[in-house]
Amino acid sequence: MNSAVIGANENIASHENYLSSGWNWRSWLLTLDHKRIGILYVVSITLLFGIGGAAAALIRLDLLTPHSQLVSIETYNKLFTMHGVIMVWFFLIPSIPATLGNFLIPMMVGARDLAFPRLNLLSWYLFVFGALFTIYALLSGGDDTGWTMYAPYSTSFSTSHVFAVATGVFIAGFSSILTGLNFIVTVHEMRAPGMTWFRLPLFIWAMYATSLILVLATPVLAMTLMLMGIERTFGIGVFDPGLGGDPLLFQHLFWFYSHPAVYIMVVPAMGVASEIISCFCRNPVFGYRFMAYAILAIAAFGFVVWGHHMFVSGQSAYAGTVFSLLTFLVSVPSAIKVFNWTATLYKAHVSFEAPMLYALGFVGLFTIGGLTGLFLASLGLDEQLHDTYFVVAHFHYIMVGAAVMAFFGGIHFWWPKITGRMYPEGWARFCAILTFIGFNLTFFPQFILGYLGMPRRYPDYPPEFQVWNVLSSAGSSLLVFGYVLPLAYLLWSLKYGAKAPANPWDAKGLEWQTESPPPTENFHTTPIVTEEAYAYRTESAHG
Amino acid sequence: MDALPFFPVRASTIGGPIDDLYFAWLILSGVVALAVAVLIVWFAIRYRRGSPASRAIADAATHARTMHHIEITWTIVPMALFLGMFVWSAEVYYDAVRVPKDALPIYVVAKQWMWHAEHPAGEREINELHVPLNRPVVLVMTSQDVIHSLSIPDFRIKQDVLPGRYTTLSFTANRPGEYRLYCTQFCGTSHSNMVGRVLVMEPVAYEEWLSAHANVPTMASRGERRYRELGCDGCHGAQAAVHAPKLEGLFGRPVPLRDGRTVLADERFIRAAVLLPNQDVPAGYEASMPSFRGQIGEEELLEIIEYVKSKGNATPEVLP
Amino acid sequence: MAEHAATFAHQHQFDDAEQQRTAANLGIWLFLATEILFFGVLFAAYAITRVRFPEAFAAASRLTNLPLAGINTAVLITSSLSMALAVHAARHGARRALVGWLSLTVALGVAFLAIKGVEYRIDFLEHLVPRLDFRYEGPQADQVELFFYMYFFITGVHALHVLIGIGCIATIAVMASRGRFGPDYYTPVDVTGLYWHLVDVIWLFVFPVLYLVSRS
Repeated sequence: MNSAVIGANENIASHENYLSSGWNWRSWLLTLDHKRIGILYVVSITLLFGIGGAAAALIRLDLLTPHSQLVSIETYNKLFTMHGVIMVWFFLIPSIPATLGNFLIPMMVGARDLAFPRLNLLSWYLFVFGALFTIYALLSGGDDTGWTMYAPYSTSFSTSHVFAVATGVFIAGFSSILTGLNFIVTVHEMRAPGMTWFRLPLFIWAMYATSLILVLATPVLAMTLMLMGIERTFGIGVFDPGLGGDPLLFQHLFWFYSHPAVYIMVVPAMGVASEIISCFCRNPVFGYRFMAYAILAIAAFGFVVWGHHMFVSGQSAYAGTVFSLLTFLVSVPSAIKVFNWTATLYKAHVSFEAPMLYALGFVGLFTIGGLTGLFLASLGLDEQLHDTYFVVAHFHYIMVGAAVMAFFGGIHFWWPKITGRMYPEGWARFCAILTFIGFNLTFFPQFILGYLGMPRRYPDYPPEFQVWNVLSSAGSSLLVFGYVLPLAYLLWSLKYGAKAPANPWDAKGLEWQTESPPPTENFHTTPIVTEEAYAYRTESAHG
Repeated sequence: MDALPFFPVRASTIGGPIDDLYFAWLILSGVVALAVAVLIVWFAIRYRRGSPASRAIADAATHARTMHHIEITWTIVPMALFLGMFVWSAEVYYDAVRVPKDALPIYVVAKQWMWHAEHPAGEREINELHVPLNRPVVLVMTSQDVIHSLSIPDFRIKQDVLPGRYTTLSFTANRPGEYRLYCTQFCGTSHSNMVGRVLVMEPVAYEEWLSAHANVPTMASRGERRYRELGCDGCHGAQAAVHAPKLEGLFGRPVPLRDGRTVLADERFIRAAVLLPNQDVPAGYEASMPSFRGQIGEEELLEIIEYVKSKGNATPEVLP
Repeated sequence: MAEHAATFAHQHQFDDAEQQRTAANLGIWLFLATEILFFGVLFAAYAITRVRFPEAFAAASRLTNLPLAGINTAVLITSSLSMALAVHAARHGARRALVGWLSLTVALGVAFLAIKGVEYRIDFLEHLVPRLDFRYEGPQADQVELFFYMYFFITGVHALHVLIGIGCIATIAVMASRGRFGPDYYTPVDVTGLYWHLVDVIWLFVFPVLYLVSRS
């Protein structure tokens, strides 16, 4: 790598960097630096993760007994709704893109910042503004429609704060759109000399595909929420069957966004996994081009499978057949990726630092989550499984098991770069393993509950389901530790962690060629790229 | 079959095929997940940093070609497997949703937060469903308010129940006993209390149950009474002065419409005709039928439909 | 943003002015794509509902104000022309022409909204506003009301976009009058122009769909 960077491995205690350049409110709240904006997002989504997680804890506590009186039924309905709304729109959708994406994309392509820094800051403010609306809704009594807000319950029957929540999500949607727009333009226009498309890290490919979905799918959600909100307010609309409207129209519009949305949540995690696995294998990712094309295929196909959420909704059997077929096809690129990650370990030099443990956990949990998606894609079988705990387990395996593990892995992997400090390795490995075990204990019993028939969104259930619910709740207590402990030791490391060199992992990638933490302009001189991505095997080492 | 501790009882004829699908997926995904796990663990140990295993790649060109073939293989093989499973599962699905011609209809109206069932012979049930053993049954369902979903896990069946529409759910119960029934589409506060039981009865017991309700008027007779109360006879009856379609022999027949289309006179057609009459006007008639929206409840509509069925051609082509 | 056109300095994250220009161009096209998907949902909802109730929607469409909407179509198309001429003027550094054409575009945009306001008022007086003293004596009145719900929704969202466009163009006009643009930097004019053209194009779908096609 030929890039003129100062002191790649020296101790950088006192150099000027993006963190040291200003510490007052203005320098943070009016920053245009993509790195600081990434950190603003980290703080916001951590808070929201806490709120969503508290709701989940209450849910699992309530489900310990079949007819629990821990919370009232009304409160329970609001808890699972707010859990879903906050976790999907205010944690998962922004998580990797707005934190790691914001921080790393310019650095990985060799740029000084994103294409539109002011739009980037606006994105964060829109996100916060939207979150405040949602929190307002929460504090004034919550919403009880489920995060899916199906009509006509949401438009004509619920007396909860549906409109406030819809508004909050609507506003946050613009944050998503602007972020995606920024990322696409940056990747297209601002790559450093020599950084061709097929030299880009797979994290960039993942963020690019995610951004396409962000830009194209989110407007559909915005309009759907608007239609729902206006109908609720004025009592007239296209979803109300009383006037001849069609409640299925809401579902089609909602899922047209919400299915691609799940790829917004998992594709970035795939990008993170590729970076971590290649680094701790000292091996290029197996099948780079297939991996890149697979990411694009997932994003593209993800737009045409939404009807698999509606097999028993009353949509025609013909439509269901088409959606089932397309859903099976969209799982092929995901399968390819799992095999390729596995193959990356072949003839590698594998080490097991915490990021690698998280990344391997991601691969395992994503495999299980993805395979169980095939159960649901099967027309005949979905009738039994739809709207049961099987679905709950499936999507938590992907969104929590896979995506959150990858997110934590990425935070750990790039923590030295972002903060200039090392986290405590022993604690981090412990938490990775604890999270993996706790997660499986929480969600695997739910597959069994699902086939037995336990419906979702049920605070009260038949007594024969209790044993599985108790196992699940027990697992969730481990998960709490797995998520809270990292917060503690990462914060601790900010002051007491070992100072990090520019490239503690000896990783490839332009972001590692500059200091930790980086200077405000990322690179002192523009890097020039002369080697392929993941050029780990070209080093001498033992072969 | 009797329940394993983590597996539901199987009480309907579609249960076998669906369970076969489920087990096939369990085995397939178990094998794949195990293979991936084993490979990851094996590679991680064998190729851990510092281990003596060889990392040499002899010939770059051959290696690249081999890897390419491997990639193609593990693209094609899953795709073929998935397509095979797709075809199998679609077949099972079509079996499940096909309504047998001689199915016994039971009408279900869902409302927040209870299930109201009506048998053609007149019996009414709340949160319970008495069905005969080994006879095909079709539930014709609608909701009075929001979307619900009727699920009987031991039968392996489920179908959303929509306001403003009829959806159907058919089954043949082949094991006597009592089974749980749930609402599985979130419908408001007491969604989780909207549960019930299905009682599958041997022929003798079923006959006894029917005869216990022998003096309840049939749905068709209740429907006829409402039909006359609302004055429908004034236009559709034999002595009517108005040119209106006759209802004898109507049900189940194709009806040519004024706009050139032809639709089937099934439950949906009758319902639409009563509530939104000028949408599908039959050929040769004026759009002059008044709407009865707001004057007829969902149960009454179903009773009127049963009445129309009873006026001839009463083997309905009930569409899924 | 440039202080003076002649000594235009590109923003720090870009390598040169050319990169900034292409980035802005790609950005606005992506934004236009989101707008198309945004309105696409409305058109889809309209189309689906129309297929369900062809006669009611036809009857309702005949009650829309074709003359006023026709005039508005001409107004908007003309404003796109003046906007294009403004961009042309900017490209050639003709400051006065640029300000003139931008001002004309603003005026035409305001005229569009004014005529729309008159049209809405007439609709209100004819009892065609849903939930606001809506009255219709013919058959399928509920579905006619549904048409007008979609009509006000779609034209309302479009009008909101027109309003935002007017604000942007007015701002650009003020900046132009202060000499902020020149042949080597007129990106904001370009970008705003594209947005305005999209607003026009969307109207060219709204008008036939709501006022023309549905009538028959």
